[in-house]
Amino acid sequence: MANEILRIEGVRKVFGGLKAVNNCSLSVTEGTIVGLIGPNGAGKSTLFDLISGFARPDAGSIVFSGKEIVGLPAYRIARLGLIRTFQIPRALMRMTVLENMMLGSQNQLGEMIYAPIVRRSKVLADERAIEKKAEDFLKFFDLLRMKDEYAGSMSGGQKKMLEMARALMADPRLLLLDEPFAGVNPALSERLIEKIKLLRKNGLTIMIIEHAIPYVLALSDELYVLNKGAILASGQPDKVISDSRVFEAYLGVGSDAQP
Amino acid sequence: MQDYLVSIILTAGIYAIFALGLNLQWGYAGLLNFGHVAFMAIGAYATVLLSMNGVPLILAVLAGMIMAGACGAFLGVATLRLREDYLAIVTIGFSEIVRFILLNWSSLTRGSFGLYGYPRPMEELVAHGDYNLILAGIVIVVLLLVYALIEILAKSPWGRVLKSVRDDEAVSVSLGKNAFSYKVQSLALGSAIAALAGSLLAFYLQYINPNNFQPIETFYAWIMVILGGSGSNRGTIAGSLLLWGFFSTTRFLEGYISLSPSATGALRMVIIGLILIVLMMFRPQGLFGRKEELAVGK
Repeated sequence: MANEILRIEGVRKVFGGLKAVNNCSLSVTEGTIVGLIGPNGAGKSTLFDLISGFARPDAGSIVFSGKEIVGLPAYRIARLGLIRTFQIPRALMRMTVLENMMLGSQNQLGEMIYAPIVRRSKVLADERAIEKKAEDFLKFFDLLRMKDEYAGSMSGGQKKMLEMARALMADPRLLLLDEPFAGVNPALSERLIEKIKLLRKNGLTIMIIEHAIPYVLALSDELYVLNKGAILASGQPDKVISDSRVFEAYLGVGSDAQP
Repeated sequence: MQDYLVSIILTAGIYAIFALGLNLQWGYAGLLNFGHVAFMAIGAYATVLLSMNGVPLILAVLAGMIMAGACGAFLGVATLRLREDYLAIVTIGFSEIVRFILLNWSSLTRGSFGLYGYPRPMEELVAHGDYNLILAGIVIVVLLLVYALIEILAKSPWGRVLKSVRDDEAVSVSLGKNAFSYKVQSLALGSAIAALAGSLLAFYLQYINPNNFQPIETFYAWIMVILGGSGSNRGTIAGSLLLWGFFSTTRFLEGYISLSPSATGALRMVIIGLILIVLMMFRPQGLFGRKEELAVGK
């Protein structure tokens, strides 16, 4: 079996009386795309928050490439190579597209307060390399022509793409995409699917939350269905999706309601 | 006339340095510091007290900057994990605490009698009457150095992280940046710069007392930053020149208006307030700010 990059065991998160995530366990294999679906309020985004350290689980363990990450601050988890995006696109509005991108790069010497003064030439050389890399990614996502515009002037779909491109600047080992197709028009979405597949081919592991089932089926190697905070079904996407329990969870039809 | 120009350069220059520290915190990191004057007071008093006790001036100035930077960092660590408005509340409180300590710790600061007769840089080189000219030169050099430092930092990857924290902290964190640390760094550096302005102010005034450091001084800096355009260092300097230019030219008009001095002072602030309101209506980005930054929707 291939390497396991992420293992979640018995994770629980309670908000007041609501069990947002309840005894959830799953595993992600390196180099695959794992889909995470479920009705609204199932706890998908909360699970992403827990994995990325934006919220802390009340119980359970999350192991990323052999290291327990529960309790680590979010920025440290990101530095390990686990990068997330957000459901509502969060572009840095008052920064240009290029600045947004360059921020994503990791281990920048120039981010130390003394470096831009003391090690100026090294920082400037780094900047040129980072800019080149940012432009390559922008080209990959067809955003290059917008590089000098403020991110706040982009459309919702463009912001989604920018967010994904920015996350890739960090050279993630595991990328958590929260509804990457939301607000992206169908033609662009088709292209985005091909791009995501290309990323997997280059060895990136991706976890993806998405409501548009056809896109999930087109991308996922493995599918988890979350309902009321717990894993309802998992396995091969086409088998999972035809599971009657999944159907019921989405449509809210109880078995007793059927004739 | 020359004295008059030199005094404008001195005041505007010193306050420009002071306001550049605030612009670093507000314009780049989005931090609401309403107690900026406290760090100016710390710089002024530390420099004066140390130099009166035989510490070389340059070291005394540096010590003031380090003390103010440490205080800024401490306030940041204490409040920045809370919502952003807590910093505003705590800093304004801190600035009054500092002033009251200076007023009441008489054995050290001589309280409201203030301090005078302390050393000033390069004083022995010139006749007393020409000293302000030398000091104006020093202020301009320091202003240019501070401006260059902040410009370099703001355009560097360090400044990029700062701006990302201002725009959306969650994004910087999701990309591996320790947002909290950057906010503390910008508070500390901005406070140290305010302390430097405080040392220069003490050299200029030749006499300091705690009432030089009322909360209104903080808001002068805010006016300069907003007038010039938040996040624009050039704008901040222009804002300082405009504000002090306005204050001193209107002083000439006092003879023509039959109002008491306190009433004309109040009238001046009313006019400044009106100018700010009109500016916000027609040019909300300030004189040097970028309009596109404001035009972008949330």
